[in-house]
Amino acid sequence: MEHHIVLRVVAKLLIPIILLFALYVQFHGDYGPGGGFQAGVIFGAGFILYALIFGLQTTKQVISPSFVHGMSGAGVLLYAGVGVISLFRGGNYLDYSVLLSDPVHGQHLGIMLIELGVGITVAFVMVSLFYAFAGYRQIELRKQGSTKQNDVAQASDADPNGKRQ
Amino acid sequence: MSTIGLYNYWIVFFLMMSGLYVVIVSTNLIKKIIGLNIFQTSVFIFYISIGKVRGGTAPILADDITLYSNPLPHVLILTAIVVGVATTALGLALIVRIHTAFNSVDEEQIYTSKDSRD
Amino acid sequence: MVAIVDFALLAGLAVWALGIVHLRSLFGAAMMFGIYSLHCALIFVVLDAVDVAFTEAAVGAGISTVLILSTLAITGAKLEVRHSRAMMPLLITGVIGAALIYASLDMPLVGDPSAPANLHVVPRYLQGSAAEINIPNVVTSVLASYRGYDTLGEVTVIFTAGIGVLCLLGRHSRKRSRRRRE
Repeated sequence: MEHHIVLRVVAKLLIPIILLFALYVQFHGDYGPGGGFQAGVIFGAGFILYALIFGLQTTKQVISPSFVHGMSGAGVLLYAGVGVISLFRGGNYLDYSVLLSDPVHGQHLGIMLIELGVGITVAFVMVSLFYAFAGYRQIELRKQGSTKQNDVAQASDADPNGKRQ
Repeated sequence: MSTIGLYNYWIVFFLMMSGLYVVIVSTNLIKKIIGLNIFQTSVFIFYISIGKVRGGTAPILADDITLYSNPLPHVLILTAIVVGVATTALGLALIVRIHTAFNSVDEEQIYTSKDSRD
Repeated sequence: MVAIVDFALLAGLAVWALGIVHLRSLFGAAMMFGIYSLHCALIFVVLDAVDVAFTEAAVGAGISTVLILSTLAITGAKLEVRHSRAMMPLLITGVIGAALIYASLDMPLVGDPSAPANLHVVPRYLQGSAAEINIPNVVTSVLASYRGYDTLGEVTVIFTAGIGVLCLLGRHSRKRSRRRRE
């Protein structure tokens, strides 16, 4: 992958825009097409593009697997937590009208929070799915490399990061 | 849209059956997953076709529009698509583990290697 | 004119599906599935489901294609082996397809405003959303507020599927299986 200068340059230009667009989709979802599910997928796709071009190891330094796993749970907890808060404020579970004194503003706040929860979970589950598949491939390549000596060159050629560990 | 009538449903059934055909005929597990995905997308189109209202627009409220398409199927399918990709990933992960165990993703080869092992 | 475009779009989808059935190359089938998904997104736009089209374009053409391709990379599978037993499945799918088409003759036409699906709770959502929630995108208000439980369940399913994949392919399961092998 080191020789793909065009891909690297274009990706460096595109990835910030993709992440910014994901945030726009996330927070503009109330007014136009969009919302947590779409934003999460786009956000995850941005990181997956980064991993495809700069390698899995670099991406794991940018956004560590334990952080990814933690955040994918945090989104669900945020969603369920909004429901619990509305219980404590005297409403039904996931009834956002009681979150603020004005019911309509409460609905706005609740929808924004739970969409954020959805977005976080979807984005980080997508990244962790990719980590799982790509990480498994590296292990397979390394296993082949250790069993068959003549395959080492081929394996490390296919993935420059397999050699480094 | 008025002249089309039931045409949408027929295309949906065609897609559904091609997905089912792939699932039955193909012995390759990855191809089966692709077939299942085709089946799944056909159901998505089925739901969205049911929710279409002639002359309506996308259900985003605006002052000068009175007729909207049905937002409920959109909500159901929106979540189903993302759940679909998560379950597809689960299926593919199972295939990867099967490949590690049997060194093949072809059903027939897996059965024969299992028989020879027993 | 619009009807012709719709007709051609849906027919194109069937052509992609036939292509996927026909192709023996798994890489080709995976890429064609990406194109098929993008085409689906186009059809969702025509059918007024902009949010769904958005998701399908990002998921189908993006993430699922990447996942299928990475599975192909791990397993190294290239060509599908065909076993010649295609007549019986063709018969089965043909019969089921004919039964479905027969059943569809009783269905309301596409776009019928008085179809049962468009009469039940939906007018309530469309009218109530402006006053109760006051956000323009009704899909978001139904998704997040009227059907909040539903969406909580879906998010939990996604999270659980993520955990499942980690259990199958994650670091811990590999260590354990290697220890057992040694």
